[in-house]
Amino acid sequence: MTERERRPPETPGPAENAPDPEDAPRSFTESVGAWFGTAVGGIAIPVASTVLAFLVGGLVVAATGHNPLGAYKAIFEGTGLNPLSYISEDDRRGAWADLQQTLIIFTPLVLTAIAVAFAFRCGMFNIGGQGQYLVGVYAAVLVGTSLSGTPSFLHILIAIGASILAGVIWGGIAGILKATVGAHEVITTIMLNWIAIYGGQYLFELGGPLQGAQESIPRSDPVMDAVHLPAFPLSTGLQPLHIGVLVSIAALVVYTLLLNRTTLGYEVRAVGFNPEAARYGGISVGRSYFLALAIAGAFAGLAGSLDMLGWKYTVATNDIQISAVGFTGIAVALLGRNKAVGIFLAALLFAALQTGTSARQLDPAVFPPELAIHLSTLIQALIILFVATELLIVYIWGARKRLGFGGPARVQPELKA
Amino acid sequence: MADRPLLELEGITKRFPGVVANDDVHFELAKGEVHALLGENGAGKSTLMNILYGLYHPDEGEIRLNGETVRIDSPSRAIDLGIGMVHQHFMLIPVMTVAENIVLATEPHKGPFIDIAGAEKRVRELSEQFGLAVRPEARVESISVGQQQRAEILKALYRGAQILILDEPTAVLTPQEARELFDIIESLKAEGKSIVFITHKLNEVLEVADRITVLRRGKTIETVPREGATEQGLATLMVGREVLLRVDKPPAHPGDPVLSVTDLEVDDERGLPAVRGVSLEVRAGEIVGLAGVDGNGQSELVDAIAGLRKVRAGRIVVAGKDVAGASARESLDAGVGHIPEDRHLRGLVLDFTLAENLSLHDYRTAPESRFGWLYPRKMVAKARRILKEFDVRGGGPETPAASLSGGNQQKVVVAREVSRDPAILLAGQPTRGLDVGAIEFVHRRLVTERDEGRAILLVSFELEEVLSLSDRILVMFEGRIVGEYSPDVTEEELGIAMTGGGREQEAAA
Ligand SMILES: Nc1ncnc2c1ncn2[C@@H]1O[C@H](COP(=O)(O)OP(=O)(O)OP(=O)(O)O)[C@@H](O)[C@H]1O
Ligand SMILES: [Mg+2]
Repeated sequence: MTERERRPPETPGPAENAPDPEDAPRSFTESVGAWFGTAVGGIAIPVASTVLAFLVGGLVVAATGHNPLGAYKAIFEGTGLNPLSYISEDDRRGAWADLQQTLIIFTPLVLTAIAVAFAFRCGMFNIGGQGQYLVGVYAAVLVGTSLSGTPSFLHILIAIGASILAGVIWGGIAGILKATVGAHEVITTIMLNWIAIYGGQYLFELGGPLQGAQESIPRSDPVMDAVHLPAFPLSTGLQPLHIGVLVSIAALVVYTLLLNRTTLGYEVRAVGFNPEAARYGGISVGRSYFLALAIAGAFAGLAGSLDMLGWKYTVATNDIQISAVGFTGIAVALLGRNKAVGIFLAALLFAALQTGTSARQLDPAVFPPELAIHLSTLIQALIILFVATELLIVYIWGARKRLGFGGPARVQPELKA
Repeated sequence: MADRPLLELEGITKRFPGVVANDDVHFELAKGEVHALLGENGAGKSTLMNILYGLYHPDEGEIRLNGETVRIDSPSRAIDLGIGMVHQHFMLIPVMTVAENIVLATEPHKGPFIDIAGAEKRVRELSEQFGLAVRPEARVESISVGQQQRAEILKALYRGAQILILDEPTAVLTPQEARELFDIIESLKAEGKSIVFITHKLNEVLEVADRITVLRRGKTIETVPREGATEQGLATLMVGREVLLRVDKPPAHPGDPVLSVTDLEVDDERGLPAVRGVSLEVRAGEIVGLAGVDGNGQSELVDAIAGLRKVRAGRIVVAGKDVAGASARESLDAGVGHIPEDRHLRGLVLDFTLAENLSLHDYRTAPESRFGWLYPRKMVAKARRILKEFDVRGGGPETPAASLSGGNQQKVVVAREVSRDPAILLAGQPTRGLDVGAIEFVHRRLVTERDEGRAILLVSFELEEVLSLSDRILVMFEGRIVGEYSPDVTEEELGIAMTGGGREQEAAA
């Protein structure tokens, strides 16, 4: 008797439930109500959390004696996302460079967020995006620094393939452990993160097996020119925009199709919603756990190779320690509600924040760059806090309500008093 | 003032997208009255009561308590007003004791500490006052469904409920437990409590209700006193046409065995033997009823045949194939269809649409999918056909299963399993929560399936259902088959056998 009806009679079904087209057409109020319900359950909370985070961030800016609006404006100008910057010939170059930077950061965030979202739809919390990303980095470096003489296109494909495989293995280990002995994925993926981090330290530290030719620096050799990803024709600057951004957008499409249009996705969703019903339906729950984490790992591993082959080209032990792409991916997935469009927007927001607050972009007179970096972290943390709090509040309300005490009932939005 | 009803619901209207669940409904409750709410699946009974309990807000209408208009915008408001509700699926925390669950959120305190001893004492007093036997210090997960229900009723009483809403309380009870519930209702009534009682079982209505209100498609049809009401009359009021309360069926013409189970042994969750050496056979074209008190190994037996539970020893042959120890998928492929006892635990993925739910077994094969690629439109087309055939109301193929009424959810499960054309159909409580019209439909459908050569193993706690549908009846007690009876056996005789007092292996007619 532990498994209770998850939609007790009092909880209204999702408001977007479409009535049978053969039934009576919906009235206007019903349609508006349904839309409002979707909006409230879907985008309103992430948007509200974001706005609130920026408001609190603004207070912090004001506390440092600067003008919040000015600071935010400067940050926004530095992201390359302001269309007005493209009007004048003078600004255009700078804005375009900023935009490239934003999109370069955006690319791996999308992929590590998918790694979280896909596992989540199977009912699992994949904290291991970071480890899966790192092993992807190592695999790309390994392939990118060897196999010289391979035709460029083939070499790139092998490097990307190796990263994906590494991610699949890293995620798959957690999946197998969950499927066979029931080890909780949160624990195993965190442990695998540490193994990836320390493994990387070992590989690239001074005297490590993959440390590069420069003997005094704990860093790999740079990958060969042949495996560099092509850049966009109009890219400029030190870090030209590589085509990986297209790969990440394609990955969002793949994610959505895989989940909704394949039998595998059907199984993953069924297991995520109700494992016991899935088992009854003939689905192997353990297999789904394994596949979901392995596929999640594939996306994160891919992120690792795009970063290496696209702009970083080399990895140092220091990078391994400070990298947090996998963890930020959790935040992106959370804010984006595990939906492709949501992940796209959330990743863009987080990437823009990072670019806009980087020292290179900000005028110290408007807001000191050394504070700005912390501001970006602060805002990100607040967004997650608010989104998570909302989930907690809804959960507690739901629990209270289910137990029949306190807490307003969550019902169809009231359109009239 | 004196003859004013305690509670009046006046002109209540509640719309959901695409459905008017309550349409100008009137309902009254007098002090000390047991008022039954009857209606087809999806008629709006649960919705109306959820409105009274503050879980939904009516779009229109008024609630008057003691003649005063009240606005009930949350369950806590309802509780303050003395209204308590016991849902069909209980809302207890399994790891806590009965007393802890009951006092939750209103715990008595002794200094900074919760006064558990005091709580247990208060709970014990209440349970003695109303004859609600349940041990306050027992953990919820270790007590029976019937006792959990009593804990829920106690919880409502503890919070001072004067009006108690019971939504299909007997659907989850065995007939014996239902009897005990009726005694409890009598004693509550004697203490002046008012009770709204939702059920689909007409005999229960005639037994406990003072008045009966019938809803049909969201509208109040009539409120009638118990005196003069008949099962047939109520059924007609509910459905709007004559209903056959008894199944007419021609004699069976059994063919070859489709399912044969030999010396089967299965353990339960705790690793204790639940099925102890069962052998049985179900032939094509017959319905075999498996009668027994809940917890005597029926569920484990059915689960084992369906590939959902490990088999310790023995053989299970389905259409010539040994499936003992096979996976659920292999059992399905061998031709097992299975209506699970608990539709929410297993039968449905509530967050899936009806189309997705109806393809739960077949999503891997054409036309629903090809080479791993789904064709949702094919799923929808199939769903539209099946929903129509089985008269599922309240939504179409794209509606999430969660928003259907309980009975319509059950119809979806039955529809899916029957329409797959299995060689052997395991039917666990197939009509749980269905209205009389739907029961008639499902019964007739099962008989038709039988006549077309399907083998059916029926598990039901409703003796009446077992007696009227089965061609042979097996009685299970403590993990063993303790007797075989022909359907003209009396309920009394079956009842004795089910509690272990039967004669061994009486020959079937
Ligand atoms: N949360 C909801 N969202 C959308 N529709 C709903 C919701 N709850 C109920 N409905 C619809 O309202 C109608 C009435 O449902 P309700 O649950 O009140 O029926 P019921 O009389 O309790 O039926 P049953 O006997 O099957 O339990 C149904 O058509 C149902 O599909
Ligand atoms: Mg109901």
